[in-house]
Amino acid sequence: MSANTALAEKYRNNFLKEIEEQVEMGDWVKMCMQCGVCSGSCPTNFQSAWEHPPQELFMMIRAGKREEVLTTTSMWNCTSCYNCIVRCPRKLPITHIMHGIAEYAHRLGKAPKMQPTRFFSGLFWKNCTHTGRVNELKLSMGLYFKDGFGAGIKEGMKMKDVAIGLLKAKRLNPFELLGGHKCKDQKGIQAMLKKAYEIERSRKAAKMAG
Amino acid sequence: MTEHVATNETILVVGGGISGMTAALEAAETGKNVVLVEKNPALGGRTSQLYRYFPKLCHPTCGLEINLRRLKNNPRVRVLTLAEVSGIEGGTGDYTATIKIKPRYVNENCTACGDCGRAVETMVDDPFNYNLGQHKAAYLPNAMAYPQRYVLDPAIIGTPDADKAKAACKYGAIDLDMKEETIQVKAGAVVWATGWKPYDAAKIQPYGYGRFKNVITSVEFERLADIHGPTGGKILRPSDGKEAKNIAFIQCAGSRDENHLRHCSRICCMASLKQTHYVREKYPEDGKSTIYYIDIRAIDRFEDFYQKVQADPSVTFIKSKVAKITEDEQGNPVCWGVNTEGYKRYTTPHDLVVLAVGMEPSVKGINIPGHIVADSSGFIEADPANGAVFGAGCASNALDVNRAVQSATAAALRAIQVVNKVAKAEA
Repeated sequence: MSANTALAEKYRNNFLKEIEEQVEMGDWVKMCMQCGVCSGSCPTNFQSAWEHPPQELFMMIRAGKREEVLTTTSMWNCTSCYNCIVRCPRKLPITHIMHGIAEYAHRLGKAPKMQPTRFFSGLFWKNCTHTGRVNELKLSMGLYFKDGFGAGIKEGMKMKDVAIGLLKAKRLNPFELLGGHKCKDQKGIQAMLKKAYEIERSRKAAKMAG
Repeated sequence: MTEHVATNETILVVGGGISGMTAALEAAETGKNVVLVEKNPALGGRTSQLYRYFPKLCHPTCGLEINLRRLKNNPRVRVLTLAEVSGIEGGTGDYTATIKIKPRYVNENCTACGDCGRAVETMVDDPFNYNLGQHKAAYLPNAMAYPQRYVLDPAIIGTPDADKAKAACKYGAIDLDMKEETIQVKAGAVVWATGWKPYDAAKIQPYGYGRFKNVITSVEFERLADIHGPTGGKILRPSDGKEAKNIAFIQCAGSRDENHLRHCSRICCMASLKQTHYVREKYPEDGKSTIYYIDIRAIDRFEDFYQKVQADPSVTFIKSKVAKITEDEQGNPVCWGVNTEGYKRYTTPHDLVVLAVGMEPSVKGINIPGHIVADSSGFIEADPANGAVFGAGCASNALDVNRAVQSATAAALRAIQVVNKVAKAEA
């Protein structure tokens, strides 16, 4: 049984309770009074990708729309500007809740795989934990080639003037492609990460079993 | 208004608005001596500044007139205007209040003939109209002011204008040598009825109050609609004097907001519903009201009032807390937000935006003499620790006129019980 089915089974028809218990800051969701000031003050203006604004997501959670909430791309579009937190008349930590729901959907394997923010987050994490340093060249190339080789080349060509400018200004080192710079204590970093994963895993497992 | 010596069987009422007047009269009509202290030059408070009140839409002059008549007929109430309590000492049954009385520069001889007002040239801001307009520096505070006596603004004292006023008066009523006085008043119980103040709308930064001329507050809108107001009862917008026919009302401007006022101010929804009547009254053909709300709280038994407004085709309800207001080139305020019914984004220009501002207790942040227990919003609690200092009206809670009167009567009753005990002990 997957984690997703296990949790869906555990909470049955009470998706709000599931969010409250499993999602970081999820216990705030019930405090929303549906005034809409979070969405109104959001600078993203819900361009096409922002399907459900925050207060609608909160209402969907209360209405038990589990599948829709976990698979939507909406919360992945949050830019963490914190406008909504500042304006919320009930002081809901909306930005954190958005990230909490996104992380939970990711954990259950429900999040849309190729959503750019999610894809980039995964890429960034792998990139920086690999050597302990961010390899910017590999990171941006990884993002260009997200939708296949053809699309990657096209995207790269679009940005070539910027890349050349960066090269000239010595802000981009082409040799980074061959491994790149590393932090001194490679082993230490990996050991630290391993320990952190362990702690996180046991904490989340306990929560899920809870 | 006979003078009488205040004893510890006297009841001190602080604040001469609808609550204070009610408490004073209820107590006096049972035979108690009352001292009523009002900081403005006339009684009536914020009630007298309304154009009409809900639900019957009658003019406040009516309700206040009845109280003023009771007051004129009752020798047991001593009214002190331009007076403020600066300290209270003692305890239940034995208080001594220090009261500062500002000079009015006009004595009892005044007949309110208005000659001084005509003689004086200096203009000063008119607080009765929330400073939307100006009036002469020798003025009657409002049309039905009680006491019906002129006031000289301190700004002209020592200038030739003051001498002009004095010369114009046929009754010798102007006394330019009046000085601030401090008196002591004994009292057995105190009714604290200092009312409320509109929440400072400039603090709600995204709404642009103070930056955009055509964003005003609900209390200011009352003055625009009133025939005694700065526009003579025409709803004209402040920026260019254009008729404001497309008006937005924004609910919860400050209220129900942890960043501003925690409490629901209770009256604002009804006030906006009431004010849509003004729009229709002034512009029956093409007046248009839009109410932006979180949820309409037509308190108590006013649901039918709400339903009638809902049925009015000139009124639109949009379920949304407006996120921000901007201004377009024509000076129209533009409301931005998301309609939570259908989650649709809107950007809507209006002629005028009226912020239904919340009630802030006037006691908040002020050091009430003595120890007063207040709730998290600053309203006075009914707490035994307050001794015989009883909150009444909007000093004790966010209330409409009707409930303020009920609350004042209750406070008067508590005060009466205290002074009765004092009287028994002394007999």
